[in-house]
Amino acid sequence: MTEKVKVRIDGEVIAATAGQTILQVARANNKYIPALCYMEGLSAVGACRLCMVEVSGVARLLPACTTPVQEGLAVATSSPQLQSYRKIALELLFAERNHVCAVCVSSGHCELQTLAQDHGITHIRYPYNFPRLSVDTSHPRYVLDHNRCVLCSRCVRTCDEIEGAHVWDIAGRGINSRLVSELKRPWGEATSCTSCGKCVQACPTGAMAEKGFGVEEMTKQRTVVSRLTTMREGQ
Amino acid sequence: MDKPKIGTCWLDGCSGCHMSLLDMDEGIIAVLARADIVFGPLVDAQEWPEGVDVAVIEGAVSSTDDLKLAQTARARSKVVVALGDCAVTGNVPSMRNGIPTRKLLERVYVEGATARPGVPTDGVPALLKQAEPLHAAIDVDVHVPGCPPKPNAILLVLNELLEGRKPDLGSKLRFG
Repeated sequence: MTEKVKVRIDGEVIAATAGQTILQVARANNKYIPALCYMEGLSAVGACRLCMVEVSGVARLLPACTTPVQEGLAVATSSPQLQSYRKIALELLFAERNHVCAVCVSSGHCELQTLAQDHGITHIRYPYNFPRLSVDTSHPRYVLDHNRCVLCSRCVRTCDEIEGAHVWDIAGRGINSRLVSELKRPWGEATSCTSCGKCVQACPTGAMAEKGFGVEEMTKQRTVVSRLTTMREGQ
Repeated sequence: MDKPKIGTCWLDGCSGCHMSLLDMDEGIIAVLARADIVFGPLVDAQEWPEGVDVAVIEGAVSSTDDLKLAQTARARSKVVVALGDCAVTGNVPSMRNGIPTRKLLERVYVEGATARPGVPTDGVPALLKQAEPLHAAIDVDVHVPGCPPKPNAILLVLNELLEGRKPDLGSKLRFG
């Protein structure tokens, strides 16, 4: 028996089911909370910090994607303070690696680019890191460009939870964290990779793409993961 | 009363933003009716003049000449606009930033040359260590991203500035 609860999001009383997260309830009711690492159908990890919200009675901010609702919970999703923190989080993502939209296959279809534009970011206030990063072209069909990776880990979770192959992991710490395939083997030599390409579809930026596409040409089927999960849960 | 003065220049860029500026069709006639363009690739002036109202700068700051021109334009202009992704983010010119300049120049002018290999030094400015966005070198008042920014975005910015307002790009804001 699922327990029904009432919560308040930006003042509006909304009926929800206990166990749902704040983000799930918000999205089901057309309330916008930005998120980058969250993808419907995958486990939530609270990595990108874009979905941070204010919960009344709690002194610190909480990630909407990992916080379950409970009776009487009151959430504010878009205070000026939250807006300013989200801009900072986004700007730091741009400053960390080399996100050159002008030469990117995903320009125009990129979640990071769209979030920046939606948040009115006109320039990055922090010094760019300009790291020298590699591009793995060893896979016959796909390419991984570390310059464009935001470490959201959607590919890691998609491969582990949906495909069951667990090719991807994140190695290293902090600014040195890198997406790796099979304990740092080139992607093309990863024997556990089934070449299904679902990681590519889950990637929010141009970090993972199919080969053979030019600038702005790579559109992704972002619903593939959630559709598969929904169909499996229905069985 | 004198008309407001606009100066434009490009640093490390491809001139695409200036092409977009020209591409605003009859919009440019309206701009010229309200302001004079006193410096830039389209006019004859050899030196950035004093008393410019709006400086429109394309390109990243990549060489000692870029830096000098950017600083002069800043010192002699009321409002500075960073025009396009190279000026706003470093964009394509900044893709060299992970490579030491000496190695970069040798790769291009020595290893990559078939005739007279050698890094040029005469008549060319020294490269800076990294190609930086304009706001890393000088104070910038307005950022207009885009590669290039759409003509109507540039027109909006110029019109707003000539009206004395700070432009808000709104839905015209776009990177890449």
